[in-house]
Parts: sequence; C-alpha cells; structure tokens
Amino acid sequence: MANLDEKSSEVKTKKAKIVDGGVFTILLLGAVVMVFPLVYMVLSSFMTKNQILSADFSIIPDPWKFGKYAEVLQKPEFLRGLRNTLMVALPVLAVGGFTSSLAAFSFSKLRFRGKSSIFLGLLATMMIPFAVVMIPQYVMFTKMGWTNSLLPLIIPGLFGNVSIIFFLRQNLTSVPDSIVEAAKIDGCGYFRMYYGIFLPLMKGALMTQLILWFMGIWNDYLAPTIFIQDEQWFTLQVVIRSFNAYYAVNSDYPLIMAASVLAILPTLLLFFFFQRYIIESMAVSGIKG
Amino acid sequence: MSETKVKPVRKKMNRAEFKEHCWGLAFVSPPFIGFLIFMAFPIAFAFVASLTKWNGMNDMMANFVGAENYIKLLGDEKFWKVLLNTVIYMIGIPIGMILALVIAVGMNRKIRGIKVLRTLYYVPVVSSLVAVAILWMWVFNYDYGLLNSIIKALTGAHGPNWLGDEFWVKVSIIIFMVWKGLGGSIILYLSGLQSIPRDYYEAAKIDGASGFNLFRHITIPLVSPVTFYLLITGLIGGFQVFVEVLVMVPTGGLNYSAATVVFYLYDKAFGNNQMGYGSAMAFILAILIFIVTAINFKVQDKWVKTIE
Repeated sequence: MANLDEKSSEVKTKKAKIVDGGVFTILLLGAVVMVFPLVYMVLSSFMTKNQILSADFSIIPDPWKFGKYAEVLQKPEFLRGLRNTLMVALPVLAVGGFTSSLAAFSFSKLRFRGKSSIFLGLLATMMIPFAVVMIPQYVMFTKMGWTNSLLPLIIPGLFGNVSIIFFLRQNLTSVPDSIVEAAKIDGCGYFRMYYGIFLPLMKGALMTQLILWFMGIWNDYLAPTIFIQDEQWFTLQVVIRSFNAYYAVNSDYPLIMAASVLAILPTLLLFFFFQRYIIESMAVSGIKG
Repeated sequence: MSETKVKPVRKKMNRAEFKEHCWGLAFVSPPFIGFLIFMAFPIAFAFVASLTKWNGMNDMMANFVGAENYIKLLGDEKFWKVLLNTVIYMIGIPIGMILALVIAVGMNRKIRGIKVLRTLYYVPVVSSLVAVAILWMWVFNYDYGLLNSIIKALTGAHGPNWLGDEFWVKVSIIIFMVWKGLGGSIILYLSGLQSIPRDYYEAAKIDGASGFNLFRHITIPLVSPVTFYLLITGLIGGFQVFVEVLVMVPTGGLNYSAATVVFYLYDKAFGNNQMGYGSAMAFILAILIFIVTAINFKVQDKWVKTIE
C-alpha cells in the first residue's frame, strides 16, 4: 500500500501528501507510546516520593527535585559498579577486538587447513543456549577462585567474539585477495599484512562492532549475576537491580528511577552519536546472518 | 593409484604454503582455544553432569544415575508448566512481527522527519534490559503504576493486578518483550523492503492490483527472508527468556505462573544446588531449540521467497 504512491523522481500528488500525513501521524503516535514509559521514568526521577505514591495521577513533577541523581552518584555501590563495568569493558574490547579482527583477517584472506571446519565450529557456538554452559562455567570459575573477582567476565572475552569475527569476515570479502598476493611478493610478513593493510581497512566496521560489544557488556546482567559472588565486584546492572530490591522496601521510587536512567544513559548517548553505523550493521548482520 | 580415487591424498604443501598455513592457524587460535575452554569442554561436562546427582560439591561420578534425571523431568509437572509458560510467551513473536512489518511499510515512505521516528522506536532496543524491566515493573504496579493510573483516568475502573495475577502476568511479560524488541524488527523489515525493486509494484499496478493486493502478493512474499530470520532468532531467544522474568517477577509469579524453563533451571541449579538436574534440563532445552530450528530450515522452501 505504502509503495503505491511513492515515486521519488516525481512530484508527489495531493492524495499522496494526505496519505503521507496520515501515515506520519499514526507512526508518531506509535513512537510516543514507545518512548512514553522512558519519558515517564525520567520525569518520575524528579518527583517526590509522595507525588509518585499519591492517588491523583500526574506526569509532571511538582515540585521538581534534582537531588536523587546526586544521591545515586554518591552511593559507593553505584560508583563501584560503574568502575567494575568499565574494568571489564576496557580489556575485553582492547584485547578481544584485536583477537577478533586478527582471526577475521585469517579466516577471510589466508589459506590454511581446517579453516572451514574451525569456522563452522565457532559459528555453531552461537546456537548453543547459554543455559547449557552456564553451570559448568560457574563450577569452573568457582574452582579457579575467580568468582571473587571480575575474571569470569574478562577472560572469556579476551579470546574474541564469534559474531564480530563473522561480521568482519563478511566485511573483508569486498577486499580483493590480490592484495594478499601483492603483499607476499613484496616480502610482507603475515602479521604486518594484518596490521598495516587489513586492520586499517576494517577500522570502521571494527569500531561499530566494538561499540555494539560495549553496549552488550554494559547491559549484561546474566553472566555477572551468576558468576560474581563478591558484592565488591558487582557490575553496574547488578547494582541497579539490588537498588531496586533495596529501595522499593521504603518506596524510594524516584531514587530507583534515577539510578535506572543513569544505567541507560551511556548506551543511549552512544546510540545517538553512532546511530547510522549501528543501524546499518544491525540490518546487514541480520539479513546475511 | 586406484586408492587415490577413494581417498584423495592431500597435496603436499610447499614451504610458502606451509608458512601461510601456520600463520593462518596461529591467527585463529585465540578464538578457537576460547571455544574449546569455554564452550566445547563445558558442553561435554554438562552432558556428563546431566547423568548424575551432582550438587556442585559432591563427587560427580560417584553419583552417576544414568538417564534418571531425564526420566524424572518428563514426569515433573513443574517442568511442563514452565515449558508451557515459555511457549505462551512466544505469542509475542508473531505480534511483534506483524506490528514491525506494518510500521516498516509506513516508514518506507519518503516523508520528512520519518528517520527521527525510526530512532524513537529503536530506543528500547539499546536500553539496558534490567533498567527497563525495573521501569516496567513500576508501569505494571497495581496501586500506583502508570498503566493502571491511565486505565483509571480513562474508564474510572481499577485495572488488573498485572504482575500478581496468573493470567495477566503473562500478558504483561509479552507486552514488555514486544516493546523491547520491536525497533530491531522494524529496522530489519525496513532494509528488506528497501531491497524490493520498485518495478514489481509498478508492473502490478498497471495490471490493476489494489493496494492491499500489492501488500499481500508482493510485499509479504518478498520480505519473507526477514520474516524467516526474525522467526528463527525469535524462537531461539524465546526458549531462553529469563532475565526479564527474574527482574519483574523474582518469585516466578503466583503458582509459578510467570516462570520459564531457564528460570526453573536457574532456580534448581543455583537455588537448590541440583546441578545434575539443571544440566539435564539445559540439554532438553538445547535439543528443543535444535529441533525447532531444524524444522524451520526444512520447511523454509515452502514459504521463504528470494528476490531474483
């Protein structure tokens, strides 16, 4: 129905304009419904406890209270959670980004025996439910004494990320193989070939994937809640959830909402800045994956 | 030489090829080693554990019970209940797909400002699952929640006890999951729509096809690869729903009415230390996912069309 009147080269007819207006209005209403809970979350973080719990429903804070954010930011648990999340993200992204891109280069451009079986083996892991490996991994990490540290969240990531390898490999198929041959003739070593030629070529795609990976680490709740026993090493999402349990008892919803807003904000900002790349890579990996 | 026909002898590598082989292997070794340590070994381990009454501390092999856990599971009413709950949540998959397709068709028009809307629909996708689940817990709150306040303002009647009722808790979680995932499906449908050649519509229009017929006979078949992808990933993810339930209904709901398979598994393995039983459940889950995915791939030729 929609494509009927759409001809980019021609001037839109009057009827098409009316239809456009109708479609836009409906989509706008839908978008409002979609973001309304989030807007309400922000607004209620500025309310007083009494206003939230009052029988008269209201959306606009009266009076506006900005103190909850300062209160959250002064909680040592919150700051520790933030620090822990970043302590996981930084080494994983730096080392994991390196190992993933190196493997993607090798899978895409080098010839070696067992290549396709190793690649298929890695891809198959994407189908295995986390539930199958979480119990053995938990026991493994406990036996190694890692559950009182961030190691269960850091170490597995250092070995690379299968979906990133897959995506970067796809990305490199557009680069002609003759570059490898030419580099070989020039006596270029394989690591230099990766570092000097292919890493710069996949820089853009790698950056996008690392941003997505960062969002994944930032938002991850399941792994930290299973593997991390010591409160001191809780990541931000685990802290936010424990805030929810703790402060709901005395109905401090503004504080819970403020903490949740702070937990969403960084990924939201990243998304707004890198929107074009993120959506593009979402669409590509979705269709080809 | 007749042997070579049956089993071709590997071509011997020369020095340069051997060098490339070694470097190639070395470069893929980190993810491969990671795969062995964190996937292959745990999978094998979980399988052995699923045949034992292991609690994480006792001697696993001394408590070997064979298929007992699996047999017990088949007779475990609670297991069937959580499996049914998990399947009920999957109602959200077609709902999400239909909404996403309709919205994507609307967004495929060249209207100024439409990209801003696309961004708004996508916001829940990038938001932290825990934070938005906490938010929705509040939205669904019986006494003061946003939803019941709106219902009261509009109708004067008190809304349902969303998270406290055996029926409404399922509705609540389906609403939540559709809301959280909608933006992602829209983006995928939109890119599917954009790959449909415009001539198809032009030709059909000349033949006098109506708007609905264009949608029914051109749009729907030609976005079927996206529908297929969404169905597969939706089902695989659907079998593993856990965190949203854990955050919104930490008890598993009235009479376990909100609990999913992974919720029950988590409860058994980490709440009751029944690691063997939990592992058996995880394996059944993996097998179910595998079967459903395989069936989908088998029947895809029947309805998934590609653009030639």
